Amino acid sequence: MHFNKNLLTAALLASSFLGASFSASAAVVPEGVKLAAKQELIRGNGTEVASLDPQKTEGVPESHVIRDLLEGLVNQDANGNTIPGVAESWETPDNKTFTFNLRKNAKWSNGDPVTAHDFVYSFQRAVDPATASPYSWYLEMTTMVNAEDIIAGKKDKSTLGVKAVDDYTFEVKLDSAVPYFVMMMGHTTVKPVHKATVEKYGDKWTKAENFVGNGAFVVNNWVVNERIELVQNKQYWDNANTVLTKVTFLPIENQVAEMNRFLSGELDMTYEVPNEHFKRLKKEHSDSLAIKGNLCTYYYNFNTHKPPFNDLRVRKAVSYAIDRDVVAKILLGQGQKPAYFLTPEIISDFTPETPAYGKLSQKERNAKAKALLAEAGYNDANPLKFSLLYNTSENHKKLAVAIGSMWKKTLNVDVTLENQEWKTYLETKKLGNFEAARAGWCGDYNEPSTFTSLMEGSNTTGGIHYKSAAYDSLIKQAIETTSAAEREKLYYAQEALLTEDMPIAPIYQYVTTRLVNPHVGGYAVNNAEDKLYSKDMYIIAK
Amino acid sequence: MFKFILKRVLEAIPTMLILITVSFFLMRFAPGSPFSSERTLPPQVMENINAKYGLDKPVLEQYTTYLTNVIQGDLGPSFKYKDFTVNELVSAALPVSAKIGSVAFVFAVVFGVAVGTIAALRQNTWLDYSVMSTAMLGIVMPSFVLAPVLIYIFSINLGWFPAGGWLDGSIQYMVLPVLGMSMLYVATFARITRGSMIEVLNSNFIRTARSKGLSYSYIVLRHALKPAMLPVVSYMGPAFVGIITGSVVIETIFGLPGIGKLFVNAAFNRDYSLVMGVTILIGFLFIVFNAIVDILLAYVDPKIRY
Repeated sequence: MHFNKNLLTAALLASSFLGASFSASAAVVPEGVKLAAKQELIRGNGTEVASLDPQKTEGVPESHVIRDLLEGLVNQDANGNTIPGVAESWETPDNKTFTFNLRKNAKWSNGDPVTAHDFVYSFQRAVDPATASPYSWYLEMTTMVNAEDIIAGKKDKSTLGVKAVDDYTFEVKLDSAVPYFVMMMGHTTVKPVHKATVEKYGDKWTKAENFVGNGAFVVNNWVVNERIELVQNKQYWDNANTVLTKVTFLPIENQVAEMNRFLSGELDMTYEVPNEHFKRLKKEHSDSLAIKGNLCTYYYNFNTHKPPFNDLRVRKAVSYAIDRDVVAKILLGQGQKPAYFLTPEIISDFTPETPAYGKLSQKERNAKAKALLAEAGYNDANPLKFSLLYNTSENHKKLAVAIGSMWKKTLNVDVTLENQEWKTYLETKKLGNFEAARAGWCGDYNEPSTFTSLMEGSNTTGGIHYKSAAYDSLIKQAIETTSAAEREKLYYAQEALLTEDMPIAPIYQYVTTRLVNPHVGGYAVNNAEDKLYSKDMYIIAK
Repeated sequence: MFKFILKRVLEAIPTMLILITVSFFLMRFAPGSPFSSERTLPPQVMENINAKYGLDKPVLEQYTTYLTNVIQGDLGPSFKYKDFTVNELVSAALPVSAKIGSVAFVFAVVFGVAVGTIAALRQNTWLDYSVMSTAMLGIVMPSFVLAPVLIYIFSINLGWFPAGGWLDGSIQYMVLPVLGMSMLYVATFARITRGSMIEVLNSNFIRTARSKGLSYSYIVLRHALKPAMLPVVSYMGPAFVGIITGSVVIETIFGLPGIGKLFVNAAFNRDYSLVMGVTILIGFLFIVFNAIVDILLAYVDPKIRY
């Protein structure tokens, strides 16, 4: 990769918070590894994708496929560092105006050059009300100029703060200084689409026969609910370094079915692993189990606007009485860690602080919990009763039963477990018809604000009924400050306030567990956001 | 016969209309929306999405628009699978379910009737008992138990057949799903055939035929089989629809891109238009196959004439 030295310095300075190393992307096959003659990879992908149009999707399975099909301004390397994608380098004087210098050899699969105009078109498309993108708010979160008004239909999409200075220089203007903006540009929603193709075919542009993309692969065959087959994009600028010739994504929802197909040799990589089979797999197929930390937190929401959880003492007591070590290490036991904070520890350049209650022994925490509950007026004659809502799943049920019995044992609480199917559960949470409810969140980018912004009052995320002017002000300050040190302090303050107000009980930090055939090389085992690029992978000869 | 068919078609119209209306409103009353997600969308974004799919209009207007489109054969865009229309999704999934379903159906009828007849002719012998207890096993063993057992034996241990997938319906991909899907129906057809055959063989006209000195095999084939098939034929309609639509479990376990899988996913996703599309299709199939069965019955049973 060739870099203009000055630009590189500027880029490194601008993105120093990333600690980014500009290593080359594409498959790096270690010396001595013999490649198999057939370079085809079959990946489990959880569920059928809702779309392959980056401006219409919101889910993880979609992102996995789109990452192979379309290349954004930046990519990630195996360790989760932001590295150049279509943008070779970037610079910013103030974290408000960003200039991306695009590589001149990037091409669409039909041979057209990838230019700054493509990015202008795609960014405008993401906020255009006519597109109705479920992730348009993502651009609003970057504070991109006019994004909010365009989404609300108050301004034309042409007023969005993006500009093609020339064919290969793309400029973005933000309202606030957002130092992690470049990292945010790795998201699916901001991937480019080919204007002529989209305009010609409308909703059908992603079909194999119409598809034009700028990623390492193109769509070859798509059978809904069965498979999506991708083949190499010969026009991709780095195609010489792509090893796999074909990648197939299978939408297998049933984890046991997926495991069976892996074990019978029909899959190279699963999407996940059924929890109840983990111990057996560890014993019998330990060379295939790949476990890595994941940028996600599992927690219970308290409805702070309704009794009994409108009482801070009750929230604290219930949270303290959860034995997170037992949950993470015994009930789950795949490498999950206890959580006493919303932002998981795996996040880049931020180490969440374990609050005082997290440093106590469980015995001490239980004692505190009992005292708090007694103070709130609950005792054996008047026991605390509430219901815990979770979306139907064996794993959630198992935890709810275990945690419910911890509460019963320690606090003599009567918990009613209530499971609802996903969409019903979302609706119940949205309407606030719950007392405590299970929740979880995975970061959209590797920076604390993707977590802490969840608890902002204006952000009704997950219908969490928590509204604190003090918290909202801390969020606002963190967006507006230009000092990285100050921002870090504010993140600590946000987490501290969450510990103090306890609108949620953080429980554990996720891991991603997969079965990966040992003949698959280049699997990014240290990428916390699970951003896997098939172009970085290869099949080793047996 | 023409009058009968015309009558059936005329009857079908109000039935379909009621089906469409009831399921349309039931779907709207289900909690949750096609576009609800873990992170609640900002109101403006939600409005944009609702406007795009016409959900911002009054429900009654949505209903009339939908009905007008359906009459013209347009089932609308899928709310979940945004790159496809419902027509595209259904027409891609139906052949898969139809192919696997018809193979399973033919297998179930032929094998079930043959086994049931043999059991009836050898009534109360070891053959009868072993065939019928196997059939009982087929009835009580649900497909979600049977299918994983088949996979465990034939895919993981023996490696004879793939554990899932479709690959445009290649034979090796069909064997296990067909077995998993048809065992219940093989067993049911066998039991129905056996019972009905025994009843017929004990009836007066068979005794008459025997007293005339006709050979046993001639009696069975010429006289007994046809009336014994009456309950079998009646069961064929529900069995066929059951196989095609009730294939959800098998399609999920084997990862087949059929109608059952589409239907279940659509319901969970609150994909209104897709749920409606599949409901209409299933309703239509139900009416058609019941009509076919009635015609077949008229052919088999001399007491029925239209």
